[in-house]
Amino acid sequence: MEDINMVESLTHLALQQYWWVIISLLGSVLVFLMFVQGGQTLIYTLGKTEMERRMLINSLGRKWEFTFTTLVTFGGAFFASFPLFYSTSFSGAYWVWMIILFAFIIQAISYEYRSKPNNFLGAKTYEIFLFINGALGTILLGTAVATFFTGSEFSVNEMNFSKWEGAARGLELALNIHNLSLGLAVFFLARVLGILYFMNTINDENIFSRAKKQLIINTIPFVVLFLTFVVWLLFIDGFAYDSITKQVTLEPFKYLHNFLQMPFILIIFLAGVLLVLFGVGKSILKNCTNGIWYTGTGTILTVLALFLIAGLNNTAFYPSTYDLQSSLTIENASSSKYTLTIMSYVSLLVPFVAAYIWYAWKSINNKKIDAGEMGENIHIY
Amino acid sequence: MIEHLDTALVNWSRAQFALTAMYHWLFVPLTLGITFLIAFFETIYVKTGDPEWKKITKFWMTIFGINFAIGVATGIILEFEFGTNWSNYSWFVGDIFGAPLAIEGIMAFFLESTFIAVMFFGWNKVSKKFHLLSTWLVAFGSNLSALWILVANGWMQSPVGMHFNPDTARNEMLNFWEVFLSPIAINKFLHTITSGYVLASIFVIGVSAWFLLKGREKILAKRSIIIASVFGLLSSLFLVYTGDGSAYQVAQKQPMKLAAMEGLYKGSEGAGLIVIGVLTPGKEYNDQKDAFVFKFEIPKMLSLLGYRNANAFVPGVTDLIEGKYEYSENKGNKQIAPSAEQKIEIGKTAIAALHDYKTAKDNNDQQLMDKSLIVFKDNFKYFGYGFLNDPKSIIPNVPMTFYSFHIMVALGFYFILFFTLVLFFTYKNNLEPKKWLLRISILTIPLAYIASMSGWIVAEVGRQPWTIQDLLPTVAAVSQIDASAVQITFWMFMVIFTTLLIAEIKIMTKQIQIGPKDGGH
Ligand code: HDD
Ligand code: HEM
Ligand code: HEM
Repeated sequence: MEDINMVESLTHLALQQYWWVIISLLGSVLVFLMFVQGGQTLIYTLGKTEMERRMLINSLGRKWEFTFTTLVTFGGAFFASFPLFYSTSFSGAYWVWMIILFAFIIQAISYEYRSKPNNFLGAKTYEIFLFINGALGTILLGTAVATFFTGSEFSVNEMNFSKWEGAARGLELALNIHNLSLGLAVFFLARVLGILYFMNTINDENIFSRAKKQLIINTIPFVVLFLTFVVWLLFIDGFAYDSITKQVTLEPFKYLHNFLQMPFILIIFLAGVLLVLFGVGKSILKNCTNGIWYTGTGTILTVLALFLIAGLNNTAFYPSTYDLQSSLTIENASSSKYTLTIMSYVSLLVPFVAAYIWYAWKSINNKKIDAGEMGENIHIY
Repeated sequence: MIEHLDTALVNWSRAQFALTAMYHWLFVPLTLGITFLIAFFETIYVKTGDPEWKKITKFWMTIFGINFAIGVATGIILEFEFGTNWSNYSWFVGDIFGAPLAIEGIMAFFLESTFIAVMFFGWNKVSKKFHLLSTWLVAFGSNLSALWILVANGWMQSPVGMHFNPDTARNEMLNFWEVFLSPIAINKFLHTITSGYVLASIFVIGVSAWFLLKGREKILAKRSIIIASVFGLLSSLFLVYTGDGSAYQVAQKQPMKLAAMEGLYKGSEGAGLIVIGVLTPGKEYNDQKDAFVFKFEIPKMLSLLGYRNANAFVPGVTDLIEGKYEYSENKGNKQIAPSAEQKIEIGKTAIAALHDYKTAKDNNDQQLMDKSLIVFKDNFKYFGYGFLNDPKSIIPNVPMTFYSFHIMVALGFYFILFFTLVLFFTYKNNLEPKKWLLRISILTIPLAYIASMSGWIVAEVGRQPWTIQDLLPTVAAVSQIDASAVQITFWMFMVIFTTLLIAEIKIMTKQIQIGPKDGGH
């Protein structure tokens, strides 16, 4: 039982870092899987006939549960590893999270109910639900992630009970231009990923050619918004804390320093950005269908790097602009050493989970979706 | 620590949680049981190769799919609500409570959602054996989801395996296995999943009975009924057994809940078990009114069931408030129970000591730190009472708990009778002409839901005012949000869930009417 000894010999700080990496990984996989949301906003743009829309919806319908379950697991893992974040952010930015939740409730039933007879609201309503989920889900989750760098107004008292000081319970966050630029960047990225996913899974010429056109249209705003956010990020003061006194201070160029002091993360970031662009470029220039693999991997790497510089290297990952010393760090917001150790054993299951998901999907996905299959008597949305 | 207690806020937050949990629970029990029934059907199909069994499997799968989607939609809300509406709670117990929730996501939900995809889209794409395995994994996956959340809930009813860390001001886990294997958690899990099996069996029998009444799908209906009535009968017997186990645990860990379940105000030795009763309206714990307008009880039974001893003393609501009765601690030594008022005093002492400790720590006053820590530890047992002011506030809603409990138990025995009858006539091959029984079968479906809902009302309303038994009352657990904001989200949930429920019922009944032919996958 070597790895058991290994886990138990880790320091509390090492476990906190390990769990920050896991949270970052879940977050980045979640952003990648939001291709489902992006795709949902394009059903009418890419599908001009009922059959085309049906193919688009069905290709997404086989994947939505993954995005959903990843969101649920992301929430659960955040709760277990950094409960103070869970209590501070969710209750504080109440309205943002509630709207996100509503956007996900209406998604979960839409696929299953859209094409069923006697479905009460009509197919069109369920399609609108999918659009709302696609738009709000991506923009607001992006906004929420941006607050890791821009901060929020809250305080934490000596009992570690937190109090939100922003008047609009989180809605004020959506008015911050930097939050919004990341939110919209995530929105367009999700659309780009959605398009690449359609190009990969649907065997239909009309959809393919429309998708290609849309790819260019959505890549441009994504690149502009994302670069704006990143350039701003490299130049701002960041929320640093002293490793001994735990005092939080504003440090000029903190995030730039994080990249430079952890060159490994810089490499991940640059590789990610290049892969994202490569996948898109290849799909635009050549008639290839595998762009999703490059852009998808690139997305995971890029977002992973952003999460990592938000929390590692003595950086407060959930800064308070109301009271600097209330800012949350991976050290003061985490679970106890014992709980993180237990959770770390559980995390050893993740590769197995990933493996069976992979295996199950491979065995049912060996064929592309086409109009013919929509007529077969299988589970159709 | 808590500057002002806003009762409107607490009540709206409770209402919202109750609303969303109840909606979730409308769909979960069917999932828990029908996945196993589907797995049975498909196993027979794979063993016999008879296409009729495949048709049966696919029909119930369609029904399951419709139910599952809305179960998922309602579940995500509950998870995030711990953060949004019970944030102090999330911090206070997150170190213990978060872990089962995360394990549930990593282990159970991914298992379930992956293999559901194989189940629905995998026909003709994967081998028969792999498809069958996937169906079984969906059943195990959904029951695993239930396991972890019920471990968490069991821990709230009886916190074990932890200690309070004054530096972080929260409970921290000391022993995962103690949390996981706590008898209350195990009992809760078994009782709850079996209640899902009973409900799903009743559902399948009821729908099949409708087909028989219409003279349609006879083979499907009869075969479904055979399997479901055997599964249902076995489960309902086990349900009574685990229900008794649950009541025993309640007697040990939550005597106030037990008193409310039985409408017991004045405790006694050799207390009787109420079979049927009507409570006196407006009864207070300290007035002289008789608790019951009418009752029929089995003498000494409550003492026997609750303490496994026919002459044991069972404290009532009044005793629990006034104290002064004798009870034996875990280790067996006799103790005189303190009154609620004394407990509140002790709790306040603990909270004040914690405060002193914090201040002393800020001032680097080691001596005062040590001293306040000792005071704190000595008084920690009743920590949560320190947030309360009125002894009466430890009494849950007695009528609601009492009636829910008795409805559940009565229905539990009725279901045994029901399954026995259905099985008997099926065995005699004489069910189809028994129109009355077929009609009763349909009417039993809503009763199963009522029993199941009642169970949760007993468990959750009966533990008021505690979110964590004796440690954290709801007033201290709630997020500081404007009551009006919670009120708005409450109504938003009400509207959206009700709309979706109507859609679900309409789609479901339509699919049943369409029947297996073109409704399959
Ligand atoms: C079909 C549904 C159903 C039926 C017929 C029964 N139960 Fe039940 N019961 C549940 C469904 C349920 C439940 C929904 O699963 C609950 C809610 C919380 C829990 O742990 O299980 C529950 C809770 C619950 C509790 C409270 C546990 C707690 O507070 O933690 C007790 C004491 C019982 N049950 C006892 C019984 C007894 C003695 C029954 C006799 C036949 C019975 N139940 C039948
Ligand atoms: C109040 C606490 C609860 C929370 C936070 C919660 C959370 C969730 C979540 C997030 C989902 C969606 C999972 C997905 O993405 O697939 C879900 C579904 C599910 N939950 Fe719950 N749940 C709670 C109570 C329960 C209880 C008490 C049970 C069973 C005893 C249960 C059993 C299930 C099952 C079987 C599913 C699968 C979907 C379905 O058919 O309903 N849950 N729950
Ligand atoms: C799905 C089945 C469940 C149902 C139907 C249910 C029902 C209820 C009800 C009726 C209340 C309101 C009680 C009141 O304040 O009057 C409540 C409160 C609550 N329940 Fe449950 N419950 C379920 C499962 C759970 C589980 C599994 C957990 C935790 C793991 C949980 C945690 C809570 C919390 C935190 C509250 C709010 C605080 C409180 O009022 O005590 N519930 N639930």
